[in-house]
Amino acid sequence: MRIPLSWLREFAQVPADATAEDVMADLVRVGLEEEDVHRPSDELSGPIVVGQVLSLEKEPQKNGKTINWCQVRVVPEGAEQTLTGEGIDPSGVQGIVCGAHNFEVGDKVVVTLPGAVLPGDFRISPRKTYGHVSAGMIASARELGLGDEHDGIIVLSDLGLDPEIGMDIFELLGLDDEAAEINVTPDRGYCFSLRGVAREYALATGTAFVDPVSRVSVDEPTGEDYPVRLEDQAPIYGTAGCDRFVARTVRGVDPTRPTPPWMASRLRLAGMRSISLIVDISNYVMLELGQPLHFYDAEKLRGPIVVRRANPGEKLETLDGKVRELSTEDLLITDDRGAIGLAGVMGGAETEVGDGTSTVLIESAHFDAISMGRTRRRHRLPSEASKRNERGVDWALADVAAQRAADLLVELAGGTAETTVTDVQVRPEPAVIDLPDGFAARLIGIDYTREQQVSALAGIGADVQEYDAGLRVTAPTWRPDLAIKEDLVEEIARLVGYDQIPATLPVAPPGRGLTRTQQQRRRVLQGLADAGLTEVLNYPFVSTAQNNRFGTPVEGEEVPAVKLANPISSEFGYLRRSLLPGLLEAARRNHARGFRDLALFEAGLVFEPGEQLGSAVLPPLGAKPADEVLDELYAGIPEQPWHLGGVLTGHEAPPAAGYAPRPWEWSDALDVALTVGELLGVEVVAAQGRHQAFHPGRTARLSLRTGEHIGFAGELHPGLLKEQDLPARSAAFELDLEALMEAAADVVVARPISTFPVTTQDVALVVDEATVAGDVLETLREGAGELLEDVALFDVYSGAGIEDGRKSLAFGLRFRAADRTLTADEASEARAAAVALAAERHGAVQR
Amino acid sequence: MPHPTDEAAVGAVVDAALAAIAAAGNLAELKQARLAHTGDKSPLALSNRQIGQLDKTEKAVAGKLVGAARGRVNKALAERTAVLEEEEAARILVEETVDVTAAPRRRRAGARHPLSILQDRVSDIFVGMGWEIAEGPEVDSEWFNFDALNFKPDHPAREMQDTFFIEPADAHLVLRTHTSPVQVRSMLERDLPLYVLCPGRTFRTDELDATHTPVFHQFEGLAVDQGLTMADLRGTLEHFARQMFGAEARIRLRPAYFPFTEPSAELDIWHPGAKGGPRWIEWGGCGMVNPNVLRAAGIDPEEYTGFAFGMGVERTLMFRNDVDDMRDMIEGDVRFSQHFGMEI
Repeated sequence: MRIPLSWLREFAQVPADATAEDVMADLVRVGLEEEDVHRPSDELSGPIVVGQVLSLEKEPQKNGKTINWCQVRVVPEGAEQTLTGEGIDPSGVQGIVCGAHNFEVGDKVVVTLPGAVLPGDFRISPRKTYGHVSAGMIASARELGLGDEHDGIIVLSDLGLDPEIGMDIFELLGLDDEAAEINVTPDRGYCFSLRGVAREYALATGTAFVDPVSRVSVDEPTGEDYPVRLEDQAPIYGTAGCDRFVARTVRGVDPTRPTPPWMASRLRLAGMRSISLIVDISNYVMLELGQPLHFYDAEKLRGPIVVRRANPGEKLETLDGKVRELSTEDLLITDDRGAIGLAGVMGGAETEVGDGTSTVLIESAHFDAISMGRTRRRHRLPSEASKRNERGVDWALADVAAQRAADLLVELAGGTAETTVTDVQVRPEPAVIDLPDGFAARLIGIDYTREQQVSALAGIGADVQEYDAGLRVTAPTWRPDLAIKEDLVEEIARLVGYDQIPATLPVAPPGRGLTRTQQQRRRVLQGLADAGLTEVLNYPFVSTAQNNRFGTPVEGEEVPAVKLANPISSEFGYLRRSLLPGLLEAARRNHARGFRDLALFEAGLVFEPGEQLGSAVLPPLGAKPADEVLDELYAGIPEQPWHLGGVLTGHEAPPAAGYAPRPWEWSDALDVALTVGELLGVEVVAAQGRHQAFHPGRTARLSLRTGEHIGFAGELHPGLLKEQDLPARSAAFELDLEALMEAAADVVVARPISTFPVTTQDVALVVDEATVAGDVLETLREGAGELLEDVALFDVYSGAGIEDGRKSLAFGLRFRAADRTLTADEASEARAAAVALAAERHGAVQR
Repeated sequence: MPHPTDEAAVGAVVDAALAAIAAAGNLAELKQARLAHTGDKSPLALSNRQIGQLDKTEKAVAGKLVGAARGRVNKALAERTAVLEEEEAARILVEETVDVTAAPRRRRAGARHPLSILQDRVSDIFVGMGWEIAEGPEVDSEWFNFDALNFKPDHPAREMQDTFFIEPADAHLVLRTHTSPVQVRSMLERDLPLYVLCPGRTFRTDELDATHTPVFHQFEGLAVDQGLTMADLRGTLEHFARQMFGAEARIRLRPAYFPFTEPSAELDIWHPGAKGGPRWIEWGGCGMVNPNVLRAAGIDPEEYTGFAFGMGVERTLMFRNDVDDMRDMIEGDVRFSQHFGMEI
């Protein structure tokens, strides 16, 4: 909401030298946040005066244009030109070239003299043009920053003005005024008016407030004006769409009269365009009081006005020229022909006021805020009226606003107001709230005196009565947001001042620290960062194709995924089943920026819709749902386990003197995945695996000892890398971090340490190329029995000495007994047993 | 070969040996001198060998003379050896000098994401105060995200937060617009009194630009206990602000509106190091928990009161660490995180 200061001064004691910034600083204390300052004079300065066109010579030019060479008097005849400077003619008459043609000799116009500065840092100086020296400019509204109109220069008589020649234009056109723009929170609709903001300003500064309502004297009606019926056939939540409708007729208006500059200036500063006198009056009253109005051309109405919901299939052409299909929830203003307006949101085209209107019917009505909001959303019709109506307008304003509008139509448009008034109404019960003694103190921590409380509540316009245990407060009609005692406490607290609230530090009961999974997650993230990987945080929005490629190992399988109803981009309309699409995108972005050696990782949620997606029930607010209902809500939430993924591209480090970095490969991704297991104390087992996004021969399927599958690691599929423009051999991994964390032991049981000597023996086994080392190793472990302390693969060899299709695997075996020194024979026996089992299972032959 | 009793001759041999030892410039030359003057065929060795053939009285004289001579030579050898070995060692060290500025970096530390570090740091501050860290799903029921938090179905505030809805609409699922649904879950699932901090990722349908991102992070605090007041809220926020921004940090509360708190306040923090001069910076929102929110969790507002607050992690990082462009935080450019490393 933008508040022109001159307007605010009518209702509040704003110091004469206060700026918009000063006003905002006062308002912010009571909760109206500062947004911006609008001050025309920031962009407009220097001599800009009223001039009169003395002569005008039309001079056709070669380029087809015709210009006017004008002599313009800028100082009253006989008076002295007091300005000096380059281009100021001491005679008081300036020679000016003007390209516009909407004026004639004798017209009074706005002259920007040399030395003036216009918006956009446009400096006026005498300049040679079309064979003359043009010493100044005859200004248009657009050149002064007053609007977008560019249909010629300002002719002051068109504005209803006949000022003295040489008069300063700033005051004349309100350019010396400024506006403070504040942000109004959704609960405080009354602050979308000068009335509301002036009241808050007075409260913030402890000064007097003049209610604009008090300056309107509402005529005693002599009878009914235009017939109106309220016939809401389908109230929303049992609330009638319209509970007050005031209608008044003003005859004989002249809609072609200009809007007075003071009104146009205030509207402009308030952020609204001046359109026509009639429309401007309606907006002016709305801004001043907060009551949206609608004016009908009374001669276009047919029969009584009926306020009702739309019928199925009903249509309406609104003022913006669009034909709208109506919903049976839309509240309408209708007459005998049908819909003539979307109540409170936008009027209809057929009954619009125009230049030919002479009788105006004023509608000043009170509508249900919820109904207004729904219609506005449904038709995407945000308007100044709907903004106020959907936040709740003061019920008691309708007749006052109608009167104010009628007064202005009489005063400015030459009309005559009928003395009849239609006022159909169902007065709502005011909210009466008991505020027990001590309640405000209980919530805020300040022992407010009764005087402080009464003064704050009376200040906002509430009726405050004392009762034995506290205050009985009737909320003012413009504060529908005040419904519970906590609302009243906020009013007291903010008006006494939030800065008065002391600081005390409450002591929480002994806490349990981070949970186990929170600690585990931190350890993994820190561990991977320590290991040289860099954490990234990617958006979870992916395409179906990405989910089907990365979210399942099997090509062609459709992965169920959570779909967004309103994604940012329709291509990425689903929530991720895998972290890899985001990681690859991050890798690509880094590549594009010149970083090719990357080790990225991310921990985040993936989204797995279950059998039940969501729940049809939506329990009401303000009450705990029954346990079955809560269970139903919980059951509909998709599984969202933590995953951990990583991508390795390029080399482990950039090359350096004396050091040739190793390129990342499949085994590095596997290594990181196994490290994650070690960080959590969980054994991760790798086996040959297949995943459509990975190289078919260089992928490990990862699982727990229990066999539970927990992820993949390996080289990304060469086709994928090519398509994504990533380096060949780039590797990746993805783990179900949630499952890994769960698998960690609660208590790690110690293993006895034998101090007897170790016996080590090596063995080389020749097996088929297709036999995997991991299997052979497991067999050796099993076959060697309990004397085996550890076994590790230390070499893989094929080539000379090994027949084609076979390979040699060299293992180091470490034997130790818990209770004695092993003899060489015992160790050899165990080794032989291991080899024998390997021979049986894998056809292994000792080299 | 000097006669073993010829003192002058033996003396001359010793002098020659000492001169040769002293003249040795390195261990190899010293070895030459040693072989020449103490070796089997050296004059002293030969003299020594002759002693056996002398008579008893001569033997005693000769033994003493030659023994002393050999002793002097050996001592000189040992001393010279020590000096030369030390010189040699020093020389090798000089020769082994490297250019430390040309050292390669093989194993580099990676980096946590600053947003992730910041959330940990905030969590630690509250854990230190006895609070616990609560987490919840990112896709949640509309009821937890809105209704339980006193957003009326038609309230303008409900669309103020431009929400990602999940299909189908009647599933009533959303990407949470704030971490407040975790507060509701905490109240439902935990015992009172309750002091929890809820950090996490949140979503709104903003297009990405320098100051907006559809995916961002928040941390929200909730305390529900008997006798909690807005003064407790202020005290908690002041303590927190000082932990985050130093002992001089100041906060300011301004009246505001949120459906889930009443009274409500905007929280500003005084930023002495702000670009363009010290000023108040909007940091987050807070207030006393609306009684309807307590009721939604089955808590009697006549018995318990609560306070809540929430801040944006990105926003905090932006003004605390001078990040100008929101996009730097979300694009995963390694330079951004690696600059921070493990610290913010």
